[in-house]
Amino acid sequence: MQPATEGRTPAELLAAARDGERRAIARLLTLVERGGGAADAIAGATHRLAGTAHVVGITGAPGSGKSTLTSALTTLLVAGGRRPAVVAVDPSSPLTGGAILGDRVRMEAATVAGVFVRSMATRGHGGGLALAVPGAVRVLDACGFDPVVIETVGVGQVEVDVVAAADTAVVVVTPGWGDAVQANKAGLLEVADLFVVNKADRPGASDARRDLDLMLDLTEVSGACPKRRPVIVETTATKGEGVEDLLAAIDAHHAVLVGGTGLEVRRARRLAAEVRARLDHLLGEAAGQALVEAGPVAGETTVETARRLAGRILGTGDTG
Amino acid sequence: MGAAPIRVVLAKLGLDGHDRGLKVVARMLRDAGMEVVYLGLRQTTGTIVDAVEQEDADVVGISMHNAGHLTLAPLIVAALADAGLGDVPVVIGGVVPDEDLDELAAAGVGAVLGPGASAVEVVASVRGVVDAGVRATGD
Ligand SMILES: Nc1nc2c(ncn2[C@@H]2O[C@H](COP(=O)(O)OP(=O)(O)O)[C@@H](O)[C@H]2O)c(=O)[nH]1
Ligand SMILES: [Mg+2]
Repeated sequence: MQPATEGRTPAELLAAARDGERRAIARLLTLVERGGGAADAIAGATHRLAGTAHVVGITGAPGSGKSTLTSALTTLLVAGGRRPAVVAVDPSSPLTGGAILGDRVRMEAATVAGVFVRSMATRGHGGGLALAVPGAVRVLDACGFDPVVIETVGVGQVEVDVVAAADTAVVVVTPGWGDAVQANKAGLLEVADLFVVNKADRPGASDARRDLDLMLDLTEVSGACPKRRPVIVETTATKGEGVEDLLAAIDAHHAVLVGGTGLEVRRARRLAAEVRARLDHLLGEAAGQALVEAGPVAGETTVETARRLAGRILGTGDTG
Repeated sequence: MGAAPIRVVLAKLGLDGHDRGLKVVARMLRDAGMEVVYLGLRQTTGTIVDAVEQEDADVVGISMHNAGHLTLAPLIVAALADAGLGDVPVVIGGVVPDEDLDELAAAGVGAVLGPGASAVEVVASVRGVVDAGVRATGD
């Protein structure tokens, strides 16, 4: 659509992107998001170039201050001589496929500081997101951004999974009755490597911290939470308060991962999750195809049809 | 895999006003299946150009309600061109007298929408400038 980038192959775009051409980076992200052949080519080309960046996931309820926090955090990173990028994910409307991506409103400081910020819509099916986000992270990583911060709303399973697959998963809660409880219900307690109690300028911050501590005690007792006990940091993102502590906690978590086998374990898990998403996608397509080509036959039960089609897809005859 | 949604950067340039109108427009575009990167109030040419670039926007919609369109609109068009984004069409929203329309078109503004524009008009106008750009570059 745009002459400045259209007509360039993914390899040419990647070369320009790695030279720092922001429009080429942006176009690569567009192609990754659309999926298909170009996305596969980019995945192939970036696979070996990526792996340096520390991937930080930030999730939490809508309005908890994730974007404000991400902005303050990345601004601080730039001041420290680092080169962060942000992928901010918001839901698409299931009815129209459209989306309002509003995270940049609270990320003005970051963009003024030169942080590369990209907004991404979930585009309906979660499977797409499960591929698009790691693909985008790999492009940014290959272009020398480090860390790469992913912001997602912690409500959908796929959004939570995306953050859970990061090297460091940050869960944001706010003071107010039930927020920590909500986080627990949403399965966020299990994925958190560290917690932020944001809006610490509001009453109830220490209660929120205590609720979290209590719930962490419970998960430890039940053995549901085998990893390191998450640190809890209090911040007031709008004033930048506590953000240095958050950065220190994020860096400390990274150091622990790098010092042991944690990073390899996480990344192996992340690759497995991505392969799984690709596999689901491929098999889903094959299933649709098989159904069209050799759908139900009179007299066959649904189980029999499914087994027959599975056998056809897998080339093993009947799997029953 | 189906056409990718049109990506629109939506912003209000300058110091004045509130963002009620801009939010209404954002919803109209979303409901038409577009992805709206919403910047909100008090944007500068710099923040708008950054967003258009990083978000790989197909089109940018800028609201200006302080009658500065004859100076501000050419500024943003020039800033985009300077950044190598001259092919991204610009739609201006605001109170623009009819006699200024030719001047804005000559300055490179793709379309102008008045404050009373309906959802159908807003969507058609944004789609129109995107489609015209696609035709002009032949793909
Ligand atoms: N009082 C207070 N408000 C905050 C704080 N952090 C963010 N906010 C406000 O909370 C609202 C939502 O913030 P945003 O970053 O968009 O939240 P997100 O939806 O989680 O990304 C905005 O109005 C922010 O200004 C904070 O530390 N204290
Ligand atoms: Mg946000």
